[in-house]
Amino acid sequence: MQNSRLQKNCRFVLLLIVAILLLLPLFLGISLSLSSSQSIAQGNLLPRHLEFGNYIKVFTNTPMASFLLHSLIVSGMVMVGQIALSIMAAYAFVFLNFRFKKTLFILFLSTMMLPFEAQIIPNFATIRDLNLLNTYASIGLPFLASAFGTFMMKTSFEQVPIELKHLSDIEGLNHWQFATRVVMPYTKVNIITFALYSFLTNWNMYLWPLIATTNDNVRTVQIGLRQLRSQDTASNWGLIMAATIVSVIPTLLIIFLGQKYFKNGLTNGVIK
Amino acid sequence: MTKTQTAHQNLLALLLLLPSLIILGIFVFYPMIKTFYLSTQLTDLVGNPIKFIGLKNFANLIRSDSFITSFTITLIFVLFSTVLTLFISYIMAITASQKMKGIAIFRTMFSSTMGVSVTVASILWLFMFNPQIGLFSKILTILHLPQINWLSDPTWSLVAIIGTTVWMNLGFAFLVLLGAIQAIPQDLYQVADLDGASWWLRLRKITLPATRPTIFFVTVVTLINAFQTFGQVDILTSGGPDYHTNLLVYAIYQDAFVNHSVGRASAQSVILTLIIMLFTMIQFYVKNKREGRNAK
Amino acid sequence: MSIELQHLKKTYENGEEVLTDINTTIADGQFYILVGASGSGKSTILNAIAGFIPIDEGTITINGKDVTRLPPKDRNLSMVFQNYALMPNLTVSENIIFGLTARHTAKALRQKKLQEVLDLVHLEGYKNKKPGNLSGGQRQRVSLARALVSDAKIILMDEPLSNLDAKLRAEMRKEIRLLQQQLGITVIYVTHDQTEVMTMGDQVMLLNKGKIEQIGSPLELYNVPTNTFVADFFGSPAINLIDVNIENDILKMKNGIAMPFNWEHINGTFKLGVRPENIVMTRSGKMSGTIVHIEPLGDGTNLEINLGLDATFRVKVNEQIHLVVGDAVNFDILLDKVLLFTQDGQLIKVGQSELVAVSGQLA
Repeated sequence: MQNSRLQKNCRFVLLLIVAILLLLPLFLGISLSLSSSQSIAQGNLLPRHLEFGNYIKVFTNTPMASFLLHSLIVSGMVMVGQIALSIMAAYAFVFLNFRFKKTLFILFLSTMMLPFEAQIIPNFATIRDLNLLNTYASIGLPFLASAFGTFMMKTSFEQVPIELKHLSDIEGLNHWQFATRVVMPYTKVNIITFALYSFLTNWNMYLWPLIATTNDNVRTVQIGLRQLRSQDTASNWGLIMAATIVSVIPTLLIIFLGQKYFKNGLTNGVIK
Repeated sequence: MTKTQTAHQNLLALLLLLPSLIILGIFVFYPMIKTFYLSTQLTDLVGNPIKFIGLKNFANLIRSDSFITSFTITLIFVLFSTVLTLFISYIMAITASQKMKGIAIFRTMFSSTMGVSVTVASILWLFMFNPQIGLFSKILTILHLPQINWLSDPTWSLVAIIGTTVWMNLGFAFLVLLGAIQAIPQDLYQVADLDGASWWLRLRKITLPATRPTIFFVTVVTLINAFQTFGQVDILTSGGPDYHTNLLVYAIYQDAFVNHSVGRASAQSVILTLIIMLFTMIQFYVKNKREGRNAK
Repeated sequence: MSIELQHLKKTYENGEEVLTDINTTIADGQFYILVGASGSGKSTILNAIAGFIPIDEGTITINGKDVTRLPPKDRNLSMVFQNYALMPNLTVSENIIFGLTARHTAKALRQKKLQEVLDLVHLEGYKNKKPGNLSGGQRQRVSLARALVSDAKIILMDEPLSNLDAKLRAEMRKEIRLLQQQLGITVIYVTHDQTEVMTMGDQVMLLNKGKIEQIGSPLELYNVPTNTFVADFFGSPAINLIDVNIENDILKMKNGIAMPFNWEHINGTFKLGVRPENIVMTRSGKMSGTIVHIEPLGDGTNLEINLGLDATFRVKVNEQIHLVVGDAVNFDILLDKVLLFTQDGQLIKVGQSELVAVSGQLA
């Protein structure tokens, strides 16, 4: 018993050390954001006394508030679009019989191995030619369809027992009723997982919003941060860190709330 | 099924798939073909093709020192960031897989970097690497070691980018590996306990073999992500010093949008596409082989 | 609500025949059981009646109306599934009125019917619970209630009890049978469990590899099996099938035992079917052998006895026997209760007293 208690304590210390090391950058970021400029300039890693001025300045002296709003709109828009389109496509692949089903599915799957980074040149040209630069659509449109989402929804729809389909056929449910009353409630957890995952990914998008925006009209928070860092605010670490922390709160919240979903979703849906 | 039912299903399927197909067509398939096409063209400053030059863009790339540097650097980067991510996240997953009081908090903390964007990670680490007030400079001072210019030294700058990337990757890798370890049936360990197997033997004979498919999955995903790295470079080093952190995607971006050399950028894009395709296909192949074996 | 199946045929794409020429009539109010091993085609017939799968040839008639090409919803039937098929996110009540809601039945009527069936299946106290909080038996009651609420006079049941434990199964058998008789519903019931066949069925169809082996009442199939497959399917322990030679009213077994046999004057080699219970243990018995296996059941004993034949001989007696493996026993076969089959398994004749019993039942 003694031995196992010792083991337990050792493990706890190990966990603690890993946690501290892992979270150190984030902790220092928070620490700086609560420090005054002088304190930072003197090389202090911890604030001499807590100051919230940086957080106020983020919203008064920088366009972060509108960047956050833009990110919220784009991320929400793309999330809704991805969920809707993925559910539609997955429903067809699982519950309908149609011509070229296999070919079309392979076509969907194949997009998962084409890196978006390699397609930015023609995509920029397309968005520019459609006169969409610096609009929400310019950032969101290319990501509305998600092969990953379709694949994940397809995998979860396949777990709906065939008996529920039979029951629905007997009761005369049409496709819309079957989808909304049976399939979607039954796979609710997977849909939520995908929604959280989608929002997270959209919020953290970097390369494409950088390319698709040339001014602050719809600029997202990630690109806004990059801009703060390269402007005259560059040496104002307190302000930059405050902006950084503000930008990461929504996604950390999603991770904390959705941890269970993610673990199950990622292990069941993706690897299977 | 009657003919009208079949026709009805065909039509409904088309309607359901059409939105996705249109988006994928415009923003995935068309640009891919266009990129392949542009890679064979001499292009003007706005990116319009001027004339067909075959594989000359590729030939020029191979002869270009900056590309060779950036390609080599990319391979080194991919190798180190993948191996380190796997190694560290696996240790984290094993440590956090045991049941104990308060473990949920640790698990949440360990997976938290999954929610951190590349911008946030880069800015946080930018401070860590700051030569005047950063944490590492403080540590070196305390240890009486010479200061390192992390982000402007040709070697250390890549180390800094790898470090930032690994830190970002840990959350996702940890979460997936943890799931795999927890899915191992407990009776396997109970049998090992009866046999008095050591901790190390249990790891080697039970945990590692049982999680091998997941390790492979995480490896490929990390590898593919590493090849697509952009933001860390953009914020931390801008590819410098002297192309020593000029990873492939950053080179594409620079060539396309700064140097206005679209043909060259497209050729590099094609190379990136082929690399990613290769690894995705390896993954599919291994997965199918494994499933085929399991089905038997 | 009678159902008629005529010349149903179905072949898989790989050429494997799942159904070959299935014909039967299911009368109104009948408890009709489809039984067979897995792969026998019993579930395929049920799915064809429901309309889930198309059939290649033949017609399905429900109450005189050809429904072969109609979708499931227009066949006026309901169904109970092996895995219950309940929506985990809906309460018991919501699950029960699932179909009524889909069909936009008026709310007042819905509530009235709900109340009726809740009483029928004794789930009143559970109506606001989620299926996840119910036991297997309660879940199957919900599924049953959902089938009952729909007004359909035909209920298809696909192995509804096979996920339940033995005690619950016995209870539910009684309950389902009672409800069916009380409400006058026609039930088509798929199972592989012979106890369910015996205790619930009015009429049984035994299937083997897509073909009908026999249709009849459960006791008919037990007492007058048309072939050795049917004889072997029912009864536990299974019937003993012994190769015998009959010559001049003398029956000889391979181990040399001979006995007079005179209720059928034929000569040749046959298969003799002896149910394990149709023997008498007696010291002077002609059959003698040693016990190779013994199963005390409390209310009786199952024995396997080595008689020097190809297979051991199964015996079932209604008392406790204090013998052990290796002990010698003697017994007699009740020759007037045996079944006589041709060499390839077709029934020739049933022992005399059995025929009397059958006709007695019919009268």
